[in-house]
Amino acid sequence: MKRLLEKGGMGLVCAIMILLCAIFVPHFASTNNITALLMSISTIGMVACTMMLCLAAGDFDLSIGSTLALAGVVSAIVINATGNIFLAVLIPVALGAVIGSVNGLVIAQFQINPLIATLAVQQVVRGAALLITKGSSIGISNEAFGALGKAKLLIPIGVPPLALQSPVWVMAIIFIVFGIILNRTTFGRNTLAVGGNKEAARLAGISVTKTKIGIFLLQGMVAALAGVLAASRVSSGQPNAAQGLELQAISGCVLGGVSLTGGIARIQGVVVGVLIMGILQNAMSLQNIDAFWQLVTSGGVLLVAVLLDRWKNRA
Amino acid sequence: MPISSGLSIQDISKSFPGVQALQNISFDVPAGTVHALCGENGAGKSTLLKILAGVHAATTGVITIDGKSHAPQSPADALKSGIGVIYQELHLVDELSVAENLLLGALPAKSGLVDKAKLTADTKAALERIKLDVRPDTRLGDLSLAQRQMVEIAKALVRDATVVAFDEPTSSLSAREADTLFDRIAELRAAGKVVLYVSHRMDEIKRICDGATVFRDGQHVVTYSSLENVCIDQLVKDMVGRDISDIYGYTPRSTGETLLEQEGITVRAGEIVGLFGLVGAGRSELLHRIYAHPRKCIQNGIVLCPEDRKHEGIIPMGSVAENINLSIRRVYAGLGGIWINDAKEKANAEKQVAAMRVKTPSLAQEIRNLSGGNQQKAILGRWLSEDIKVMLLDEPTRGIDVGAKREIYDILYRLAADGIGILMVSSELPEILGTCDRVYVMRNNRISAEFSRSEATPERCLAAALPSAEDSL
Repeated sequence: MKRLLEKGGMGLVCAIMILLCAIFVPHFASTNNITALLMSISTIGMVACTMMLCLAAGDFDLSIGSTLALAGVVSAIVINATGNIFLAVLIPVALGAVIGSVNGLVIAQFQINPLIATLAVQQVVRGAALLITKGSSIGISNEAFGALGKAKLLIPIGVPPLALQSPVWVMAIIFIVFGIILNRTTFGRNTLAVGGNKEAARLAGISVTKTKIGIFLLQGMVAALAGVLAASRVSSGQPNAAQGLELQAISGCVLGGVSLTGGIARIQGVVVGVLIMGILQNAMSLQNIDAFWQLVTSGGVLLVAVLLDRWKNRA
Repeated sequence: MPISSGLSIQDISKSFPGVQALQNISFDVPAGTVHALCGENGAGKSTLLKILAGVHAATTGVITIDGKSHAPQSPADALKSGIGVIYQELHLVDELSVAENLLLGALPAKSGLVDKAKLTADTKAALERIKLDVRPDTRLGDLSLAQRQMVEIAKALVRDATVVAFDEPTSSLSAREADTLFDRIAELRAAGKVVLYVSHRMDEIKRICDGATVFRDGQHVVTYSSLENVCIDQLVKDMVGRDISDIYGYTPRSTGETLLEQEGITVRAGEIVGLFGLVGAGRSELLHRIYAHPRKCIQNGIVLCPEDRKHEGIIPMGSVAENINLSIRRVYAGLGGIWINDAKEKANAEKQVAAMRVKTPSLAQEIRNLSGGNQQKAILGRWLSEDIKVMLLDEPTRGIDVGAKREIYDILYRLAADGIGILMVSSELPEILGTCDRVYVMRNNRISAEFSRSEATPERCLAAALPSAEDSL
């Protein structure tokens, strides 16, 4: 049993869930629903990739929901003011990079606990988004910008054909890119080394500060990109968007076997973790189960996952 | 048949995934004796202690204490049934008082509140038993290491332990503190306790132990009920399974140009320089000052093999290969140091594992599952992957058994023959005198003396290391 769990047991759990849902939940296996399911996990999927690096290094980031909201708001303002799509993507993503660097700098250079550091940044950034919008959302009328988050790629499977919207492909690309970063680059392996033993990594000549700043910088950029796509999809920048996103991203990672104390992470695990959370919510919605119950269930699943993880790692 | 008074270990085995840590171990220790557990690292001593202490459960076998079966489910359980283990790393809370630490988990209470008066009285009595003269309300963190160790012993006694086990208790004590510890151990023996004593210091074992059991590779080699007619060489031979006449095997070397000149220390090519001093003299700090900027130092060919393997050396959940390639990876990596070169890393890991004779089932094995000596050899492999000129070593053989020590010395000699300069910190004077060409002695964060190999005698080194009257002025 332990063996099984170690060798991608969560993947098995996920496969069984899909099978059971396909059999017992009406409409679950329809192409429309699969489209909706993938769409519903796209934002979490994107930020879970960078959260994985964060956790792998032994840190976490509570500011990504706020960053996403501020990026959406700024994107809306830029597109309304300039009409330039390029700028409406670039400026928010650059802003995300700045926010991430601040996080990284405070945590790595000044040795501040990541919980406190990113909690403070979370509030500052959320406050900034509310300040510049005076608390209400900013509508976007530019249609070309709207197409960014709504563009569809039809895949000729099923009737009607599977239509994957752009956030879903962006998520897929980010999964692949971060899988490569984690496994194939010195930055990725150094991240795991820093999370596994910071002092040993430092003495082996790895710059802990640079590695951590890099991680948070990427995290800020990806959260901002997700914010731009979300603003484009709903044609408005919403200062209250994505509250609690950071905890969902952490849940997805932990479900996927990423260690909360650092040093252990696998991208396949994160994909599975995010999928499990999405499938649970989707199946319950299809069954018309109260949304409040969905919250209770996803919390329960997370608890079971960490308990399993604990049990698995006991000597 | 288990003996009716004392500790009886019968047919104990323990396997971890991929490793048989203990295999059918049986021996008895009568009450009122001090019994040494000897063996190289990874021989199984620590595993046996952990089974006794309830940290691990034995796979098979029975333990009895005074005829009663002992199969603890948890460390708390073991403590309750009369086993006190005093680990190398003490399990105490610095922020609490001595009294609270002593009775942690069994604080005397009156209607739900801590009974301060009884706590203080119980503590006073316990401290008197071990002759530790501190106030019960002293913050534990304000005590010296030796005093804290005494608190740990008192903790076992308060719970009326019948078996008290020590794991390398003297490794951080001064000679005088160690003497005090041995007096307390003698009193435990007189009080009819079973005392188990794990140490790599053979002279200590000979001095304070009645009997000894030797382990090798998880198997029971021999149990001596009396050590009177057993010499140290015999014990060492039992441990390593072969004769080690001279564990240092020094041969004179020729030295070359000066490679390092910092902090009042020079190291020349092909030279092994010792840095001796008492604990707290500032030796590690000196090494870390030389190695203040790891990356720059590594690029200049200076590396540091740190003292504390667990906290400064290994990435515990990383594989053996990962740990070996940790530093050199940046050199192998393509695309400007970004893209990992698997082929080169694998070749390097294989080369270092073979050269250092790291015993591991595979390159993918997590390094935390290896013994201390093998971890150390893997870390040495990490540094030898680099093109180095000077190697700084901090207590390279601490907690490593005799056989592996010799292997590490041989590696150092090979490096010196290749023209690498070595600066080695060690607390073990025989090791310094046995392996080094030149010795610096430190006292109070300063170099207090320098001796050539022929000048360096134990008396001179110690005299230069001990605090003198002028220091306290």
